[in-house]
Amino acid sequence: MDYFLQQLVNGITLGGVYALIALGYTMVYGIIQLINFAHGEFFAAGGYMGVIIISYLSAQGMSPVLCIALGLGLTMGYCALLAMAVEKVAYKPLRSSSRLSVLLSALGMSIFLQNGLMLTQGVYDKAYPTEMTAGGFHFGNVVVSYMQIYIVLITAALLICLNLLVFKTRIGKAMRATAQDKVMSALVGINSNKIISLTFAIGAGLAAAAGIMVGFYYGSVNYSMGFVPGIKAFAAAVLGGIGNITGAMVGGLIIGMVEIFAAGYLSSEYKDVFAFIILIAVLYFRPTGIMGENVDDTRV
Amino acid sequence: MSESKEVILELRDVTSAYGNIEALKGISLKVHKGEIVSIIGANGAGKSTTLMTICNIVPTVKGDIFYQGERINALGSEVLPTMGLCQVPEGRRIFPRLTVTENLEMGAFFRKDQAGIKDDMERAFEFFPKLRERRRQLGGTLSGGEQQMLAIGRAIMSRPKVLLLDEPSMGLAPLIVQQIFKIIEEINSQGVTVLLVEQNANLALQASHRGYVLETGSVVMEDDASALLSNSDIRKAYLGE
Repeated sequence: MDYFLQQLVNGITLGGVYALIALGYTMVYGIIQLINFAHGEFFAAGGYMGVIIISYLSAQGMSPVLCIALGLGLTMGYCALLAMAVEKVAYKPLRSSSRLSVLLSALGMSIFLQNGLMLTQGVYDKAYPTEMTAGGFHFGNVVVSYMQIYIVLITAALLICLNLLVFKTRIGKAMRATAQDKVMSALVGINSNKIISLTFAIGAGLAAAAGIMVGFYYGSVNYSMGFVPGIKAFAAAVLGGIGNITGAMVGGLIIGMVEIFAAGYLSSEYKDVFAFIILIAVLYFRPTGIMGENVDDTRV
Repeated sequence: MSESKEVILELRDVTSAYGNIEALKGISLKVHKGEIVSIIGANGAGKSTTLMTICNIVPTVKGDIFYQGERINALGSEVLPTMGLCQVPEGRRIFPRLTVTENLEMGAFFRKDQAGIKDDMERAFEFFPKLRERRRQLGGTLSGGEQQMLAIGRAIMSRPKVLLLDEPSMGLAPLIVQQIFKIIEEINSQGVTVLLVEQNANLALQASHRGYVLETGSVVMEDDASALLSNSDIRKAYLGE
């Protein structure tokens, strides 16, 4: 039982991280029907920028909580700007091209960003100052680390903010309107280019937050760290119903849980396989995903 | 409202194209402030394209479009509503997964005057009490008539000076059509200039001051609405006689 609970805690933590990344895929898809294969690179870039900023701040003698909060904010801002630049350079010029052209551009961007990270940061793992978040609570044999609590709280806060932004604010409504009908949204005065840019920024900001949390959780980051979690988060977005914000959150949690439980009870060597089994199964049996089309109104 | 002679919207020899396919072949038309002008014509004559060209959704290849004396050919589509030029497009294009209230709010997207927006929403609900009942429903779940009401309501939320209306009668029951046209005339009487595209020529001309007849991308006739209504060629071709 303890073992099960421990895995449950781990699963929620990892699932939250996947959910954050999956949101970027799903929001961008919702608005321009592009699978942004460069999205995982924003996660990696966030992981690196996070450790650089947090280490610097920590060296200045700032308290850990303040370091993490400020590092998180600055890193999210950095990745948001990076994503807006990527969108402007690699996707915007292809707005009227076929979807395949944009997809190829995204793949190219992914390779470019990953190699850029390798060239500037080196090929070796970069360690996170995990001592900042060391320790945890013990409930019998179940350990909930401070880091896990941080991750769950930060993830929850970000998800709530995103929901409020998308469903309650004027700009969020404009995002949904643009996703639903670009011609009509222009006819009511919405500048779709601005909205698209903003969507990339938000998605990348969330991925950056996930990058920092993964850095703390696993203790280090690597230039190629964006690829596998990126694909798993993509699976999560498809599982939830691509384009659906709530779906991405649910899908992320499910993929995280499945992975942790599969690793815990079946084989940890095959843990990466299960996300892809789910992806294939969803595409085969229910391509619209759990909350896919016409099921509810939480699509962007 | 009586006609003043001030031209608020003018197309001069406008040619536009979807890619390489020419859609409008040199159209000229004028709309005076305060008028209701209708464009009639058969399917594929270029009526909707004319409105989409005015709003720069379909790009102008040749010719000039003037609105309030300013050439607007090159302005972005999203700028025009802020200048008071607003379109209710063909098929109404309600945002299907936004609620009725949210759809109306989107009509006032560019406005910052919260109090004025609230007043206008109230005005839209007074025009169309059905919308008030359904304000929390998603746009996509409304009936055709309700969607048309919502589309017009959304348009008046932008406080337009010129309203471009594309086929407001399409697919609606006669009673609803009458109601919609009454409201169009009422909106016009409050000072909004209306350019109306309709397949239902009889109805459109009865509500209008003047009319243009379009055939395959060109204007073939223009006159006062009453003159067009009594013109025997027009009666034969478009009024089913």
